[in-house]
Amino acid sequence: MSYSITEPTSRQKWFAGTLVILYAVITMIPLLWIMMTSFKTPPDSISYPPKVFYTPSLEGYVNLFTTRTRVSPETLASLPPPENFAEEIVRGRDMVIAGPSKFGGRFLNSVIIGFGSTFLSIFLGTLAAYAFSRFKIPLADDLLFFILSTRMMPPIAVAIPIFLMYRKLGLSDTHLGMILLYTAVNISLAVWLLKGFIDEIPREYEEAALIDGYTRFQAFYKVVLPQAATGIASTAIFCLIFAWNEYAFAVLLTSGTAQTAPPFIPTIIGVGGLDWPAIAAGATLFLLPVMIFTVMLRKHLLRGITFGAVRK
Amino acid sequence: MAEIIIKNLRKDFGDFTAVKESSFTIADGEFFMLLGPSGCGKTTTLRMIAGLELPTSGEIFLDGEEISQRPPSQRDIAFVFQMFALYPHMNVRRNISYPLVSQGMKRKDVRAKVAEVAKILGIEDMLDKSVGGLSGGDRQRVALGRAIVRDPKAFMMDEPLGALDAEFRERMSEELRALHDRMGATTVYVTHDQLEAMQMGDKIVVMNNAVVEQFGTPQDIYDKPASLFVADFIGSPSMNFLNFNGQIDEGATEVTLGGARVPVPLQHEHQDGQLVFGVRPEHVVLADDGALRAQVLTTEYLGTTQIVVLQSEFGELKARVDSSLPVAAGDQLGISFNTPTITLFDQSTGRAIRSELNEEALRNG
Repeated sequence: MSYSITEPTSRQKWFAGTLVILYAVITMIPLLWIMMTSFKTPPDSISYPPKVFYTPSLEGYVNLFTTRTRVSPETLASLPPPENFAEEIVRGRDMVIAGPSKFGGRFLNSVIIGFGSTFLSIFLGTLAAYAFSRFKIPLADDLLFFILSTRMMPPIAVAIPIFLMYRKLGLSDTHLGMILLYTAVNISLAVWLLKGFIDEIPREYEEAALIDGYTRFQAFYKVVLPQAATGIASTAIFCLIFAWNEYAFAVLLTSGTAQTAPPFIPTIIGVGGLDWPAIAAGATLFLLPVMIFTVMLRKHLLRGITFGAVRK
Repeated sequence: MAEIIIKNLRKDFGDFTAVKESSFTIADGEFFMLLGPSGCGKTTTLRMIAGLELPTSGEIFLDGEEISQRPPSQRDIAFVFQMFALYPHMNVRRNISYPLVSQGMKRKDVRAKVAEVAKILGIEDMLDKSVGGLSGGDRQRVALGRAIVRDPKAFMMDEPLGALDAEFRERMSEELRALHDRMGATTVYVTHDQLEAMQMGDKIVVMNNAVVEQFGTPQDIYDKPASLFVADFIGSPSMNFLNFNGQIDEGATEVTLGGARVPVPLQHEHQDGQLVFGVRPEHVVLADDGALRAQVLTTEYLGTTQIVVLQSEFGELKARVDSSLPVAAGDQLGISFNTPTITLFDQSTGRAIRSELNEEALRNG
């Protein structure tokens, strides 16, 4: 077979393919295990040796979304037949559903705070990046460095001052407080990433729009924004992943109204023994939004990461 | 359609002066060339007329109105960019209709107008294509379409052919000129290609180092250069310069070049010191009775003419002569010059010395 620069040999293809699949499997196993556990019954989840094949059950999900109380067999027998599958599962464990758990609310908090702060970071970051990219700003380089410098220590290093500040300002355990905090952490990343993307967009496009009778702001959102969509999408993913997964600040600053899912899920452990399927169910559901968001934007993400390497 | 008057226009970028007090007038319907080497300020001047840069000082009148501080959207000027700057996320039709949409024109009228423009440019069949797949020439046509669709008062073109292949450039330059003649719109065209400027322009402004060197018709610029820079920049091969130390008086009709007396056009001012005798290659005459002697170094055959490179006591000289003239390297020849075409320059300032030949051309430049 002749040597070619552009075409790999079939052996090379086979090798590369195997390597990629192997790596994918290794990284997927923990996720897969969590998802499998979420469909096990509590006894199956702690059996030794671990069960790979089992009868799937929704008990973990039912336990995740409900609080239950134990009742005597007599009471149980006197109850009318179960109305739905959830009640049937719970009664199988000699319990009745007492009410909904807090998970739904915590999950909603995560959605509000995660997407809220991502939106705000992208909104402000795009405007700032555009200004840095296009206008003559006094000390622009110093300002950019200053913005980046906020990320030169782990954010948790300032946890105590923020905790005190938030208590004083009444922002502790509020959605607004968490959104502002995550935005503050994400915005430096957003400004830097987006400035790079906007720098790559030739100014002539906006100038053409200005000539065509549009105002500066119209030129920005009608011409620059569509061009920057790729960069905005990939930056949004990074921001969302951070805000969605953030644990330390959430533990410190939220306890009730604004508590997000990450600090809540481990607390399930404390409710009547180690309910592994419920924890796994929480983790699985928690993974979904970011996964869906990333898959939806994956085209942009791939282009975004290699952006600027090859000019169209 | 409109007349554009530029008065004392200046642009500073911090400490750097891109354009120094420049003044010239672009007549209604003129195809006007801004010519100069890169970095001379020609594009900045164009961008100031269009409103993409605001001048530091000076005035711009369009159709009698002072517009120098207005945003581009309020100037009614179209701009064609070197890299076309077609909106990549829109198809050809939307690109061309974009200026009309901003004016709030009705959808039906927009469609009709776009169709009309597409017909003029011969791009009807590509209206629904994305701009990404178009060839350079077609992109340029779409960019032109976007410019002409709203019947602006004037067109600004920033090296619109610079991104095209040589072969295509020729065709597009003809198309451009034909389009201009048909529409009669005032057009300001920036180029660094002197040939393009001579071919297409009604008038040319030559700029160098942020200064307007000369302003006039292509013939004036070529035959009556106002400075050494213009004489050197325009024409290929460029003008021959013979440096000599001497004196000329008002009313003089000859200069002394290395002992020989060489006739020149009637001079209108006194000058002495280091002077330059400028003559275009086609005005160098090979004649045995010539006042100067020279040796042939090489010849370049160009078809109907040939360029003869000569070594004289004043350095190298190029002569453009009929290719049938038998000349060979090593020949010793006499040379003389076509007197009415000679321009003398002051070497220290680089300015042409006023004479019968250029008096009028220098007055409006």
